[in-house]
Amino acid sequence: MGNQEGGTSKPRRGGVSKPRPGGMPKPKAPACCGMGPLAPQRAWRRCACPCHPGAHRRVAAVVLALAVTLAGTGGVAMAAGETAGVVRGEQPGLLEAVLFYLVATGVVISVLGICLSRSVVRMAVWLFVTLGLVALLYFLLAATFLGAIQLIVYVGGTLVLLVFGVMLTSRSPWARYNCRAWELYGAGVVCLVLLVSLCLLLGRAEWVGTQATTPGVPVARIGEVLLSKYVLPFEAAGVLLFIVMVGAAHLARDTKK
Amino acid sequence: MLTIGLMHYLVVAAVLLCGGIFVMATKRNAIGILMGVELVLNSANVNLIAFDRYLCRAGIDGQILALFVIVLAAAEAAIAVAICVNFYRVLATIDVDRATKLQG
Repeated sequence: MGNQEGGTSKPRRGGVSKPRPGGMPKPKAPACCGMGPLAPQRAWRRCACPCHPGAHRRVAAVVLALAVTLAGTGGVAMAAGETAGVVRGEQPGLLEAVLFYLVATGVVISVLGICLSRSVVRMAVWLFVTLGLVALLYFLLAATFLGAIQLIVYVGGTLVLLVFGVMLTSRSPWARYNCRAWELYGAGVVCLVLLVSLCLLLGRAEWVGTQATTPGVPVARIGEVLLSKYVLPFEAAGVLLFIVMVGAAHLARDTKK
Repeated sequence: MLTIGLMHYLVVAAVLLCGGIFVMATKRNAIGILMGVELVLNSANVNLIAFDRYLCRAGIDGQILALFVIVLAAAEAAIAVAICVNFYRVLATIDVDRATKLQG
């Protein structure tokens, strides 16, 4: 598998590059050089004008743009998932198919991005994309409540927790921990073999009665089932969350004081 | 090809699973490994909801199970991040290969 993504680029640090003291003539109010904020960093690294955002702001801008895109696609996907159960009887849902292939392509690309990026911050951004696209898959499967929960809990909670973990556990957020080449190739070969064999196995499998006839369950039904049939696991999950809260606070405390 | 069936979702879940295993095998950063675990759990969730949609009659048990998986994943991430912070405090790195002794 490729390891070339960060091969030549150095660890980047946030902030505008400072004008060197003796180098170029320093104007009082430096005009903008005309390069946009999304121009590659190597183009404006030597430039002293103050109009370039730092690396962290670039990452934030990209995340914001991705979030807006995901939200827009999510609305369309939710509508398609709602109507898919109704339309499927008469005609194959073309919108559903197009959306599914778009989302699936995005999932594959973002999973490759997670696998091939070296810095943890980039991995977190790609993971953000992957989790959002998986939420879109839930919308397409007419599980709208699960999609919303995925967006709220995973993207809004767990991923932010991971980013906090990255922030707390590295001196530089762009620090890299590289593994050996043979490990990379070995893991790549094993995972590719696993993927191909899984796909072959899926191609040979025969499922009994595969048709989606239900137009998705309403949210009220989930609440009813959660409090009647699954009330014991529900309570156990509550106890587990309480224990986790206490345990995490205990584990992460400062023992020196 | 135009009718999206169970198989399509299972293939996407397989891609997520293999990507998660690759990430878990190759990353040295403990938080990166945690991200691989999240990918694997997500692939399980996609499987559960796809089976629920296409194979289950009532169509709700898989969603409830996926809900519990999400809860467990959140709890696991919280505990793992706390352990990583502690690990970093002791060893000043979170390279998992450095964790070679107990009670450091």
